[in-house]
Amino acid sequence: MFKLFHPNKIFQITSKAPKYILFLFVIVLSVGLTEALILSPEDYKQSDAVRIMYVHVPAAWISLGIFSSITFLSISGFIFKNKNFFLISKSLAPSGFVFNVIALVTGAIWGKPTWGTWWAWDARITSMLILALFYAMYLISWRIYESEEKVFKITTFITILGIVNIPIIKYSVDWWNTLHQPASINILSKSSIHSSMLFPLLIMTAAFALFSLLIFLMKYNTELIKIKNKGLDRL
Amino acid sequence: MINELLFMNGYGIYVFSAFIFTLSSFATLYFVTKTQFVKEQNKFVAKFGSLNTDKAKSAKSQRINKEILANASNN
Repeated sequence: MFKLFHPNKIFQITSKAPKYILFLFVIVLSVGLTEALILSPEDYKQSDAVRIMYVHVPAAWISLGIFSSITFLSISGFIFKNKNFFLISKSLAPSGFVFNVIALVTGAIWGKPTWGTWWAWDARITSMLILALFYAMYLISWRIYESEEKVFKITTFITILGIVNIPIIKYSVDWWNTLHQPASINILSKSSIHSSMLFPLLIMTAAFALFSLLIFLMKYNTELIKIKNKGLDRL
Repeated sequence: MINELLFMNGYGIYVFSAFIFTLSSFATLYFVTKTQFVKEQNKFVAKFGSLNTDKAKSAKSQRINKEILANASNN
């Protein structure tokens, strides 16, 4: 089954896909921005400051999703001795890190008008900052270690340590008294967010997901060409 | 209408800062990734060009190498 994931086979798809993904991303983002900035209603408590949610929440969701995927792929790569899983993880990490930084910065911007402060050492914010540090450690490891074996081990170790933080981020608002409100969107039970706000939020999430897919494909293609460059040196 | 949209009941500065930061992060990440990709692709084309006929033939037998070269000529 893993032969299906062989770089030689998937490069045919990954090399052509970015231009279509970019086109789709621009369309979905334009719809999302129109909904988020113009069409969606203001909040009865937060007024127009609520619009920051449309970039803050999708960025946070996607950074958590990418880190979970990186962990799953790294562990799978280690178990099945499949280098391509590591290559996919490495290509996912830059967009995950950028989304994490976006969540932190837009959170700070949102915090000022709603809580009266740019930063607070509250459980959710602190655990998101810790996630950014794990992302940074993961990315730096790929840069500093030359040996493949070593970098596979170290990055897998970092992701295993970091994944412990994911449920802490998710449940921090329930476990501790934090400035953050409890989750408004639940998959298993009824969401407390109104559909007029949920719709733009989902559109923006789709746009952000498309952007992370675009960056992943470009990064993955770059990594494959790097490998082929080394291959030409050996000829 | 435009003033209302920009002012946003006094929150415009926060809302637009958040959106501008997000979009500029996207643009930066996209251009950095694109530059790295083009750099590696150009390196590949240059290396391929320096191979002798036999080595070039052997390298071209791999489908992925052919794809990289085709993509480079399309860009």
